[in-house]
Amino acid sequence: MTTLKLATGAPGARILGLGAYRPRRRVTNDELAGVMETNDEWIQSRVGIAERRWADDDETLVEMATAAGGKAIAASGLAPDEIDLVVLASASLRQPIPGIGPQVAHRLGIPRPGAMDLNAGCAGFCYSLGLVSDAIRAGSARNAIVIGVERLTDVTDMTDRSTAVIFADGAGAAVVGASDEPGIGPVAWGSDGDQHSAIEIIDSGYMAMAGQAVYRWATTKLTEALTEAMEKAGVTAADIDVFAPHQANLRIIESMTKRLGFGEKTVIARDIVRSGNTSAASIPLALSALMESGEAKSGDLALVLGYGAGLTYAGQVLRLP
Amino acid sequence: MSSTQEIQSGLAEILEEVAGVTPADATPEKSFTEDLDVDSLSMVEIATAVEDKFGVAIPDDELGNIKTVGDAISYIEKNQG
Repeated sequence: MTTLKLATGAPGARILGLGAYRPRRRVTNDELAGVMETNDEWIQSRVGIAERRWADDDETLVEMATAAGGKAIAASGLAPDEIDLVVLASASLRQPIPGIGPQVAHRLGIPRPGAMDLNAGCAGFCYSLGLVSDAIRAGSARNAIVIGVERLTDVTDMTDRSTAVIFADGAGAAVVGASDEPGIGPVAWGSDGDQHSAIEIIDSGYMAMAGQAVYRWATTKLTEALTEAMEKAGVTAADIDVFAPHQANLRIIESMTKRLGFGEKTVIARDIVRSGNTSAASIPLALSALMESGEAKSGDLALVLGYGAGLTYAGQVLRLP
Repeated sequence: MSSTQEIQSGLAEILEEVAGVTPADATPEKSFTEDLDVDSLSMVEIATAVEDKFGVAIPDDELGNIKTVGDAISYIEKNQG
C-alpha cells in the first residue's frame, strides 16, 4: 500500500501584523435619540456604547475588508505573494454566493490563495485564527490572513431601539505566519446549538436578539471557555497583559473581567464605547486600537474570546505582534 | 432550607452587590424595575447570584414573572432544596 506523504509544518504560528478599518461616519447616541425613543443615558447604562461607526454605501464589505487587510499585510512586513491562505469571517453578507474571500484576496494582490468565507457569527475571527494557526502548523499554509468584516447596519432594523443602538460596521485583520515560539495558543471553542434562535435574522431580514438569554450565557458559560483557553496555553489570569473579548456589551466585558480576577496590570479592551458591536470585526478592531494608543505593546499576552450567533464561541491566548 | 428571613436578607445582599440597592430598601412590596431601578440585564445577574447562593435556578421565562422582591422570595422558597 502506498503511504501518503504529509506536508511539513511549522513549530508554531503567530500574528505578524494587525490592521483595522473604521467607517467614516460617526454616529453618536444623541443622533439616535433624534430618530428613535432612546437617550444617551439609557444606551450608556445598558450597553456602554457612546458612539459607533456606520458604513456608507461605498464602504462595502469588500472595500472595508481590503482596507483592513492591506494595513495588516503592510504591518506584517510580508509581500502579498507570501500569503497562501485567506479566511474571511463575516455574518452579514447580503449576497451569500459568491463568498467574498477570493475577491478580497485578489484585491489585495494575493495570487491564487486558498480562500473562503467563514460564518461563526461574532466568534468568526477567533474561529478563523484557530484554523489558520493549525493550517500553518500542519503545513497546509505558509502564511495566512484572517479578516473579520461586518455591515451589521444592513441587517438591523434602524427603527428598533433594542438593536439599532448596538450594531455597527467595520473591519479588522491579522496576518499570521510561522514561528519557532508559539504566538497563538490552542483554541478553546464550542457551540450551544440549542440556543440557535437567541441571535438570528428573522423573516423581516433584520436581527433579533434574546438579550437576557445571551447575557446569561455570556456571563456564566463563557467564563469556562476563557479559563479553558488560558489552561490550554499554560498561563493564568495573572499572566494576561490584555483582555480583549468580543465587544458585545460593556457590562458583559466588566462581568467577565470581574469573574476572571485579572491583576492590576491587565489592560481591558473597551473599544465598544466608540465602535459599538461589530461582530467578527470587533476583536481585531479592539486590539488595533489598544496598540495604536500604546496601552498594549508588542510582545504582550492577550486573551481573546469571540462569541455570538449559533451560539458559538472560540478563544485563545495570543502574543501581540 | 433557608427561612423566609434568611432569603430576604440574602436577596438584599445580592441586590446591593449587583445593583447598588440599599439593603433597607429591599422590602417585599418593592418592584425591581419601578422602585429599585433594576434593569433586565441586572435581573439576569440577580438570577445567577441567587443560583450560586441558594441553589435555585431561575430560567429566563420565569424571570419575566418575577416583578417584586416578594415574588423572588416566594420563588426561592418554593423551589429550594
